[in-house]
Amino acid sequence: MALVDALRCRECGRTYEISPRYACEWCFGPLEVAYDYDAIAAAVTRESIATGPPTIWRYADLLPVEEPTGALPVGWTPLVRADRLAEALGLGEVWVKDDTRNPTNSFKDRVVAVALAKALDFGLKTIACASTGNLANAVAGASARAGLPSYVFVPADLEPAKVRATAVYGATVVAVDGNYDDVNRLCAELTAEHPWAFVNVNVRPFYAEGSKTLAFETAEQLGWQAPDHVVVPVGSGALLTKIDRGFEELTRVGLLDEARVRVSGAQAAGCSPVATAFAEGTDTVRPVKPSTIAKSLAIGDPADGVYALDTVRRTGGGLVSVTDDEIRDGIGLLARTEGIFGETAAGVTIASLRRLAAEGVVRPDERVVVYVTGHGLKTLDALGEGVGPTATIQPTLDAFRAAFPTAQR
Amino acid sequence: MAVTVRIPTQLRPLAGGASEVAVNGTTVGEALTALDAAHPGFGERLFDDRGGLRRFVNVFVAEEDIRFLDGVATPVTDGTVVSVVPAVAGG
Repeated sequence: MALVDALRCRECGRTYEISPRYACEWCFGPLEVAYDYDAIAAAVTRESIATGPPTIWRYADLLPVEEPTGALPVGWTPLVRADRLAEALGLGEVWVKDDTRNPTNSFKDRVVAVALAKALDFGLKTIACASTGNLANAVAGASARAGLPSYVFVPADLEPAKVRATAVYGATVVAVDGNYDDVNRLCAELTAEHPWAFVNVNVRPFYAEGSKTLAFETAEQLGWQAPDHVVVPVGSGALLTKIDRGFEELTRVGLLDEARVRVSGAQAAGCSPVATAFAEGTDTVRPVKPSTIAKSLAIGDPADGVYALDTVRRTGGGLVSVTDDEIRDGIGLLARTEGIFGETAAGVTIASLRRLAAEGVVRPDERVVVYVTGHGLKTLDALGEGVGPTATIQPTLDAFRAAFPTAQR
Repeated sequence: MAVTVRIPTQLRPLAGGASEVAVNGTTVGEALTALDAAHPGFGERLFDDRGGLRRFVNVFVAEEDIRFLDGVATPVTDGTVVSVVPAVAGG
């Protein structure tokens, strides 16, 4: 059974019973799941985890809800040693956590798995979300698998591939004439009107916990060691803060001896409110109007922005932003060096890793893990015309030799 | 100026359960002050000790976040809808 105590406000500490709520009624601060860490420490060992399923549910004791029956397998994605990428960036030991290999090809399957399990616990029968695309896919897929209707709200200018890869599951897709922050506000208001599980609104405290499994898996896959430095894409900031929390919890319950993980964040220059605050040394994150090819990170008013900022500063990481051209280069660099095709957010992360390495923030003596959170087929159009056939020829030997005179024979 | 303030669920008990309250004011700040006068308790929930809006309170005027306008000094006119929305959703 889930070893949780309550929901607790991260701002003022007020507690609430476990229920579908997300904002403190006193100060509007975000509610987080409070665990009984002593009970978890007594219940869980490396060995007990090793006998669990090859999914996020091997860490069920560290999650706020038990594994539901019949869900698609989520998580336990490959952690791939990336020597050619490391060499290209002048780094030593680099690993890629390849979370493209989830049921709907992004890390959002993790958070949705936890949110949907909790929604069922609460007796909520309709699943909904505000999404920049990957979450839309994940909610639609998991809801279909559970036999539940879903309502997915997305910005109307979202990539067609992400819209189709949502609608195909039978989800009701609502394209909203506005940006993600407009969609988000609408959903926050709809939450009050409909008895639905909005995974990233009223079920958000549970949903966000799913991201911790990226830290859990990383540590276990490294032989129960923490990396020295992680590089994480920043949209809302929740993924970054929860990965940091995940490593901290492993130490707290005795699964890791020590974790001093430096956490660095990656944003797109066209939507970089958190990186801007980091660069300016301020404590407040001013919202922006996003304009970037990295639509999955195009959140101008990031809910966890201030916490991501705190985490990066506390752990001695960096927080940078990269241009659309650098994002495309980053996608290509990862694909060419490691055979892993990530979406635009992955391009942001790899390009940011490159920047952080060049600035000496990420060092060659560190064991580095970068999180590739979504598949490149979702954002093919962002690659542009530069990625295509090398030559177009007639189906003859002569034509091939003419086009490729130096090809080895 | 008569403006409508839309109240999030978390604060509706302060207004007797109402989802909207009509108040007078020429700026967002005045409207929210009037809301606190009509239904005591709103002020301490919306504003921190230094008098600024709490960092997880978002306020919108005609669908625009007031941080893109003039903050609490943003003018309002007859019929303007001011929405108070928790900021922690999404992502």
